[in-house]
Amino acid sequence: MSNSLTRKLSPSKIGLAVAAPLAAAVFSIIISSLAVIASKKSPMEAFTTMWDYGTEAGSLMEVINTATPYYIAAIAIAVTFRAGLFNIGVEGQLRLGALFSCYIGAMFVLPPVLHVAVVFIIAMTFGGLWAAIAAYLKVKRGVNEVISTIMLNALAGGLSAYLLSKHFALVEEGSNNLQTKELPASAQVPDLMPLLRKFGVEDQPGGGVYGMFFVAVALGLIFWFVVNRTRFGFELRASGLNPIAARVSGVNSKKMTFLALVISGAIAGLAGLPEVLGQTHSYNLGFRAGIGFSAIAVALLGRNSAGGMAFSALLFGFLEVSSRSLELIDIAPETYVIMQGSILLSAVIAYEVVRRFKLTLQSNELAKVVQP
Amino acid sequence: MSVAVELRHITKRFPGVIANKDVSIKVETGTVHALVGENGAGKSTVMKILYGMQRPDSGEILVNGANVNFKNPNDAIAAGIGMVHQHFMLADNFTVLENIILGSEPKHGATIDFVAARKKVVEMAAQYGLDIDPDVLVEELGVGQRQRVEILKVLFRGAKILIFDEPTAVLVPQEVDDLFKALEGLRAQGMAVIFISHKLDEVLRVADEVTVVRQGSTVAEVKSKDVTARQLAELMVGSELPKPSTLGHTRREEITLTLRDVSIATATGSRNLISNISFDLHAGEVVGIAGVEGNGQAELVEAIMGLREYTGSIEFHGSSIDELSVAERHDLGIGLIPEDRQRQALMMSSPLWENRILGHQRGKPVMRGFVIDKKATIESTRTIMQEFDVRAPGPDTLAAALSGGNQQKFIVGREMSKVPALLVASHPTRGVDVGAQGAIWDVLRKAREKGMAVVLISADLEELIGMSDRLLVMLRGAITAELDPTKTTPEQLGSAMTGAV
Amino acid sequence: MKAMKILRYATMLVFVLASIRVITGASDLTSTGTASAALLLSVPIVLAALGGLFSERAGVVNIGLEGMMIMGAWAGGYIGSQHGPWFGLMAAMIFGSVGALVHAIATVTFGVDHVVSGVAINIIAAGLVRYLSTLMYKNGSWPGPSQSPGIETIPLNGLPVLSGGQYFGWKSPDLLGSIANLNWFFVSDIASILRGLTGDVSYVTVVAISFVPLAYFILWRTAFGLRLRSAGEAPVAAESLGVNVYAMKYAGVLISGGLAGLGGGFLAIVAASNYQENQVAGRGYIGLAALLFGNYRPGGLLAGAGLFGFADALQLRDSAAIHALLLLIVVILAFVAFRKFKSGKQIGGLLALTAAGFTLWFYFAVDELPGQLVTMTPYIATLLVMALASQRLRMPAADGMPYRRGGLR
Repeated sequence: MSNSLTRKLSPSKIGLAVAAPLAAAVFSIIISSLAVIASKKSPMEAFTTMWDYGTEAGSLMEVINTATPYYIAAIAIAVTFRAGLFNIGVEGQLRLGALFSCYIGAMFVLPPVLHVAVVFIIAMTFGGLWAAIAAYLKVKRGVNEVISTIMLNALAGGLSAYLLSKHFALVEEGSNNLQTKELPASAQVPDLMPLLRKFGVEDQPGGGVYGMFFVAVALGLIFWFVVNRTRFGFELRASGLNPIAARVSGVNSKKMTFLALVISGAIAGLAGLPEVLGQTHSYNLGFRAGIGFSAIAVALLGRNSAGGMAFSALLFGFLEVSSRSLELIDIAPETYVIMQGSILLSAVIAYEVVRRFKLTLQSNELAKVVQP
Repeated sequence: MSVAVELRHITKRFPGVIANKDVSIKVETGTVHALVGENGAGKSTVMKILYGMQRPDSGEILVNGANVNFKNPNDAIAAGIGMVHQHFMLADNFTVLENIILGSEPKHGATIDFVAARKKVVEMAAQYGLDIDPDVLVEELGVGQRQRVEILKVLFRGAKILIFDEPTAVLVPQEVDDLFKALEGLRAQGMAVIFISHKLDEVLRVADEVTVVRQGSTVAEVKSKDVTARQLAELMVGSELPKPSTLGHTRREEITLTLRDVSIATATGSRNLISNISFDLHAGEVVGIAGVEGNGQAELVEAIMGLREYTGSIEFHGSSIDELSVAERHDLGIGLIPEDRQRQALMMSSPLWENRILGHQRGKPVMRGFVIDKKATIESTRTIMQEFDVRAPGPDTLAAALSGGNQQKFIVGREMSKVPALLVASHPTRGVDVGAQGAIWDVLRKAREKGMAVVLISADLEELIGMSDRLLVMLRGAITAELDPTKTTPEQLGSAMTGAV
Repeated sequence: MKAMKILRYATMLVFVLASIRVITGASDLTSTGTASAALLLSVPIVLAALGGLFSERAGVVNIGLEGMMIMGAWAGGYIGSQHGPWFGLMAAMIFGSVGALVHAIATVTFGVDHVVSGVAINIIAAGLVRYLSTLMYKNGSWPGPSQSPGIETIPLNGLPVLSGGQYFGWKSPDLLGSIANLNWFFVSDIASILRGLTGDVSYVTVVAISFVPLAYFILWRTAFGLRLRSAGEAPVAAESLGVNVYAMKYAGVLISGGLAGLGGGFLAIVAASNYQENQVAGRGYIGLAALLFGNYRPGGLLAGAGLFGFADALQLRDSAAIHALLLLIVVILAFVAFRKFKSGKQIGGLLALTAAGFTLWFYFAVDELPGQLVTMTPYIATLLVMALASQRLRMPAADGMPYRRGGLR
């Protein structure tokens, strides 16, 4: 057998790896340029303005802060994607996780690290429980998890608004902003600025980098290892790739479905925390909406792999932050959603085209082996 | 007699599949013309080209003397060509009538004229002796009836040239007789029938002329009355055929598997899918389960593997496994070759080394604790590929890139690598070429000598008779007969399978 | 047969509702206003669900309905405010179809996973309209970055004789309305519901509802419909008979987008009087749920959409009625418990009975539901209905599967 064939890193293979992202990038640059031209401005000017602003130290910190919750939420979604499921309910799960961890976490004081850990556990518990509803309906009643998690998002929105206004919020005279009691210092995650200063980074007006950044990195590593290198990860992926074969091979498919959704929800519960623990220190009406939906795009663009999602989370964060500068040259900053959308769409198509091409290539290679 | 259809020097290349090289066939009206060759020889490709599903790289097609160029099946249908596919091309959730008229619906203004369509179908069915109720859903039909729908579909379009792609593969002998009677009728009405098969006795029974293909090329064209099955076989493979045979008894005293009154009810509980199945299987013994597809064989496999809930009891090496999960049964040493390899045994978009893990993810050699031992897995994959002659560049090749036969060899190799004490083998050689078939039989034989017990389920009656120490016949979910394979002919077995005895 | 059964169930439901109305005094449960609002709120869901029907029957899962509705709503607001409501509705259909075209290219031509493509379209549509609205606002032609100028209304009418209405200057009597006002138990309840469904109805509503039988006719009585469905049931078989499966899938998805877009346009033009951001608010998804509830059939999805429309109408009009609706849940749960016990499933029966008891307790413990919880009603209804209905679903056999001509992978 010609094992050397597979070892050889042919130019075509390297080309394939680069082809999809490259094609997607070109396509989205064209579309975004059209959007800029629609506002009667020069695309070149727009892109350079964004780049100049986005690469300033302060902006980069913001990029990381924007990307951190995206990344955590994207990992949550990827857990289900890998199992052949789709948890669209991350938005609701992270909202409830943040709300309950702020409300319960502010009730007591614990030693610093322990308190944060407890807050994490609360967030994961409520995120997981909310996802467990969808998991239960899927396993016991066969309800499509896509629809149930979307409905649960709407319910989480209503429920959190109700709980905040009627039960959890402090009543403050003369203030419209409802918010939970502030978390004690022991439950707050410190900024990374002190650390960064040691590396010669200067203070920026916008503040520093959330400490939860490290949590996101750790989650990414754990995700990679568990999914790619462990038995649980293998069974998870097998369930996604061929659920029938997975069952025949001894995977308990109902248990796997349940676990995947609940684990996903638990991770999602953490995705609301970077801002809450790092900046606002309480859950309030201004809690950032839409993380869970942007994270779907991040997961899809990153192909559910730890590295890919890290890249796409940073890319999305960069586009969001740097596009603010467009206002200076009189272009709608919302242009960034066009950029994100066109990248996402062209990427999913490009991945599929490359996959098909790869298969044809392998079949050709095989033909050489089979036919003497 | 005139020539209905002629293929001249057809050549077709495919990535990964044997191409057609210079294939020429001439079929006259009012005859049955057989196209024989082993699996993978290129028979189906030729027919797909003739039916417009694929386009030849070179060569020409003539229908009734005129040169044609088919872009799609529509063109072929318009030229009077019809195809009865090996894997039925039917929508289960459509009625028989809807299936028949799809694509050439008689219209009444904007709507389909169901009345006229039904009338025409009923008339045609009567004319060709293909009795069927046009208003039932296809999912309620048996295999023989489904084939009738396929034939009616073709006739409804006014086809004069009919292609039958391995039509007997799914039929029991009695149904084959019915089919052959229908073919006689078609021939008598002046149709040209192209009959694709690798079952040579059937070919000699029904065909007037035979074209043999080997490795993508036509190697001979003969009158069926001038040749014997033996000669045809040699033309087909260019060498002697392997025979399924276990050669002598290796049965041991100890009992590996015991089933007692195993039953599975339908979801609604209205009837039993299998009822009161009981048998003992000794180490070193092969028990063959014969039966027309859909008579409970699949459910029996699911019960043994724990994939479905059942009543009654199953014992393995004398202790009950009723409470054990699928995984635990695998780990006890029960191996499974499932009937549908792509659906039940492979992750098509994953490399072979990851497929090596499937079903073995709970232990050595692929795991070290809870972590995948990638190096050992790749090494083991390579060993399987060598021992079982899996033709692929290496462990990194995607399962989807392999041909069906090589996929099957890989699956057999994977199951045998754990040295199971019991192997449940569902159609282990279905759709694989002759060489691989012989290799798989060899493996089963050797393992049996070493004491492996085998539950063998197959639609190939020769395989069942040749490989089994004992035959159990399943009909409507129950075991209706036990036969001694040394004293059973395929015809007798077929009769038993349909309950004709 | 089947129609009789449905009629019987509907009558039973009205009877239970009428009883609850009498017991609780929540008159809005069966009022003309509620029925009328329910109809109005059902229409976008019906249109979305019909869109889903065409797409999924052709074998393409369309979770992008939401995005197509969003595009339709925006186009309806933009064109509608400039050129009048009828052009607005046409623009809504076209915009929805553009979204659908993207979905078809991605899924049919390139074989992208249907759910992935659909979700991508939803994300993109939401972003696109936000961008476009901002542009309009900056141009100074829109009053705000999240809403369009007002749109002219399309006239309403009612059934002659029965429900009032105007015909060529003739003012018809309003029989049902009169009966409804008599306040006879059950009879007036039926009359007021019927009056709500047939009186003061927009012409667009009539057209939209007539799409339901039309869809049945097209899909089950024409050659086009048979071929379209064959693409969703057995594409390879269809191809072997010369059906152009790609064309059928494209057709199904494009029709789907047109209908969903129209549903979005309806929200902006008929249900409201201008486009507002987040107007669609998950109705595309609810439409999909209605389709599933209706087991991929036109009549069934109409029933599903009606249910959600009813729940939505009640929560908008009267939160006291939602409180009363808890009693309906008690009745349904008790019925489920009864059925479970009868079929020997003791545990399931006990669970249902416990839930019924809990709901009854909740009913008495709480006098009025807070507003944030009341808005959740349609979503809870969706979840409950899905939980009860999902198991007997029969989706098209090849729905959601990638398909390539010639059986290539």
